[in-house]
Amino acid sequence: MSRLRIGIDVGGTNTDAVVVDEEGTVIASTKSATTPDPSDGIAKALSEVIAGVDKARISQAMLGTTHPANAIIQRKELERVGVLRLAAPSSLAIRPGAAWPKDLLTSVMGPTAIVGGGYEYDGTEIAPLEESAIREFAKACQGKVSAIAVSCAFAPANYEQEIRAGQILAEILGSDFPVSLSHQVGSIGLLERENATVLNASLFGVARRVVNGFQQALVGHGLNVDSFLTQNDGTLMTADEAIRLPILTVGSGPTNSMRGACALAKISDALVIDVGGTSADVGILVDGFPRESSAAIEVGGVRTNFRMPDLISIGLGGGTIVRPGNGSVSVGPDSVGYKVITESLIMGGNTLTLSDISTKGGRLSGFGDASKLSGVSDDVVKLALAWVDEQIQILCDRMKASRSAMPLIAVGGGSHLIPKSIPGVAEVIIPNHHSVANAFGAAIAEASGMVDRVYRYAEQGRDKCLDDARQLATEAAIRSGADPDKVRITSVIEVPMSYLPGQGCRVQVKAAGPLAN
Amino acid sequence: MRELTLDDLDDMVLGATLLGTGGGGDPYIARLMVRQAMEDYGSVNIASPSELDPDGLVLTVAVIGAPTVISEKVPAGPEFTGVVNALASYLGKKPVAIMPIEVGGMNTLIPLAVAAEMGLPVIDADSMRRAFPQIEMTVFTLAGIPASPMSVADEKGNVMVFETTTNQVAERLARSAVMQLGLANGISCYPMTVRQIAEHGIQGSMTYCVELGRKLMAVQKGEEGAYDAFLKFAEAKKYFSGKIIDLDRRTTDGFAKGTVVIEHLTDPNRTMRIEIQNELLLAFEDGVPIITTPDLICILDHENAQPITTETLAYGQRVDVIGMPCAPEWHQPGMLELVGPKAFGYDIPYVPMGEVK
Repeated sequence: MSRLRIGIDVGGTNTDAVVVDEEGTVIASTKSATTPDPSDGIAKALSEVIAGVDKARISQAMLGTTHPANAIIQRKELERVGVLRLAAPSSLAIRPGAAWPKDLLTSVMGPTAIVGGGYEYDGTEIAPLEESAIREFAKACQGKVSAIAVSCAFAPANYEQEIRAGQILAEILGSDFPVSLSHQVGSIGLLERENATVLNASLFGVARRVVNGFQQALVGHGLNVDSFLTQNDGTLMTADEAIRLPILTVGSGPTNSMRGACALAKISDALVIDVGGTSADVGILVDGFPRESSAAIEVGGVRTNFRMPDLISIGLGGGTIVRPGNGSVSVGPDSVGYKVITESLIMGGNTLTLSDISTKGGRLSGFGDASKLSGVSDDVVKLALAWVDEQIQILCDRMKASRSAMPLIAVGGGSHLIPKSIPGVAEVIIPNHHSVANAFGAAIAEASGMVDRVYRYAEQGRDKCLDDARQLATEAAIRSGADPDKVRITSVIEVPMSYLPGQGCRVQVKAAGPLAN
Repeated sequence: MRELTLDDLDDMVLGATLLGTGGGGDPYIARLMVRQAMEDYGSVNIASPSELDPDGLVLTVAVIGAPTVISEKVPAGPEFTGVVNALASYLGKKPVAIMPIEVGGMNTLIPLAVAAEMGLPVIDADSMRRAFPQIEMTVFTLAGIPASPMSVADEKGNVMVFETTTNQVAERLARSAVMQLGLANGISCYPMTVRQIAEHGIQGSMTYCVELGRKLMAVQKGEEGAYDAFLKFAEAKKYFSGKIIDLDRRTTDGFAKGTVVIEHLTDPNRTMRIEIQNELLLAFEDGVPIITTPDLICILDHENAQPITTETLAYGQRVDVIGMPCAPEWHQPGMLELVGPKAFGYDIPYVPMGEVK
């Protein structure tokens, strides 16, 4: 008997769950409304999805959740954080928290200090670690903050000082006092990495509650299994890691949806469109992972240097409002949203929506009462569908990197709107179980490892440097639980650095592989 | 004198990113620095040369190093005040104003932070009105004004003053010094009088940058007629709208070189190729050069009109390619030898903007 995995995805609207086997076949799935306390929804989804499944076969459970992201966006449940930067005398011209939104600053930022420390680009110290100043800072934080965020200039290349600073903080505040070190959180770019580390530390409480809720639900259902959370890049971290690094989960929703869609369709390179009630998001998967955006990512109004899936959204969904005019129609961008189930004409409501158009045009069936559409003219349907088709084509074209045709996988409640053929798209696929693509994406997620550092090609040669980076990423993936026989390199990005001597190049390599059993 | 407000600052950042012509360093860090300096020391005034003593000394200040290093080893302050004070004491004269050497990229803003801290105005002029990668690539070099004496400093208090024989030597010495000083340093060069700047500098650069940014901001906000107004103000032209279909990067001799190929949005038979050396230097359509350095090539996001820097170019981006004529002060003998295509190793003629083919 093959082992089974549970995938649960807590979205803004729905909590989905699936049980899948090792071949990726969906054994059971469920969809229910997200609850104010997400733990309730998780417990409910779990009990529904495992009813009728042999529990003894379940070996792993994966959770994708928007809870930490919402905590930041809504400024709820965030903890106060002391901010320690190891970089003086450099960096004094920009204090921690510069350019943060005021409300977030007041709710999160505790005492801050920039103390002597940090590294130069060549690995020498900017200054020796100013241990006495760290001790003073720790005392200033005592009783005032719930966690401390530590960042250090060039920590991605050398994190000894961050580790030492963590030890000093532990000596004074206790070994279980929560501390977040920047080299674990982000990549090159001190201010962005510091921001991310502070946000990370502010989420410790939220993360503990989510993870505890998840693990209690598992235990409560008699499931003694390994538990994981999905992170922004679509790979896994253990539940224990997630408590320390919750910020790495904030972008996991769209990633799970895209990876789930591709895996359900059993292809690794495709465009993916998720059509909901209000909007359509298009992304692209290359070798099974979403292409990432090159722009700086803001989380709750704070600039970070995370890599997030490159998505384009437009106001096109099942609830999008259609307004017939004289020989033309205007579509959206407003929508009745989730009220499409009461407001649209086919459901007895008074608003002409794209779901009505889709029904009359023959794309949607078995939803509502088509006879209520007698007042909608064929011309209106034709014009509205032409608009939809054009928008979808533009979206797909914008996402593609080359002119060659690619398959398009459509998921979500509004996927009926997608035409059967689109110029530039090889085929349109709406996979089975597409409505639980998010949870499926969580269930099939892999373990990963990453390296992001500056190499000097002149010293060792490019090939040797890249080999070293590949090796480090592979080892990191295996440490995270990847099967050593199946781990593979999933991306290599080289960014040559202008003016840096010795052909300096920033190299980012990711490796991933399925979990070892 | 005109006080620079925080609103102006946002416009200036956008203008500076555009004038960075793909390079010049991300002005984001410099903006944070200016904000903090204004919080701590008060606002900054922009002065035109006519408002200052013609014999007064003006000192430039800029960051020199590697943009990636600067993102990690963030500015401190003393490396900038340090270079200004060093030249002032070397010359035995106090400055009456600070000047940007390069209005384009992050060096547009660094002088504002220094001016705020030192309580001096910033003179409304510069020597490039775009970004260029080397110290000698200025209109001052064309006018025979030496970069020397020049000072370089770090945040720890290491300061040096150089006397150099040519501006090209100044570039080489400064570059060697910063490699020893952490690659995120302050530099001051081309010390000059207000009179010299009025005569040989590019006039009105700071106010031009703010206005350019304001016009582009209006485009980004989707204001009616804003694109045309922006192009008209910059005497610019939109040459191409397309999608990036190829991107090749390499590093040689300290330069981030590269080539980007863009396919036209509606006519797949048309392609544009752009050559990069830190900045966007040359644009060819179907092999024919149409925008050439020192005229400015700017790549804007097709959807939101945000200037895209060379580091963030990516496959599949939909972009507009804008050409803008360089500041008129550049057009004098010696320009092409100093900053034309051949100065960057390309054996093609300069194509003045407006004369396609």
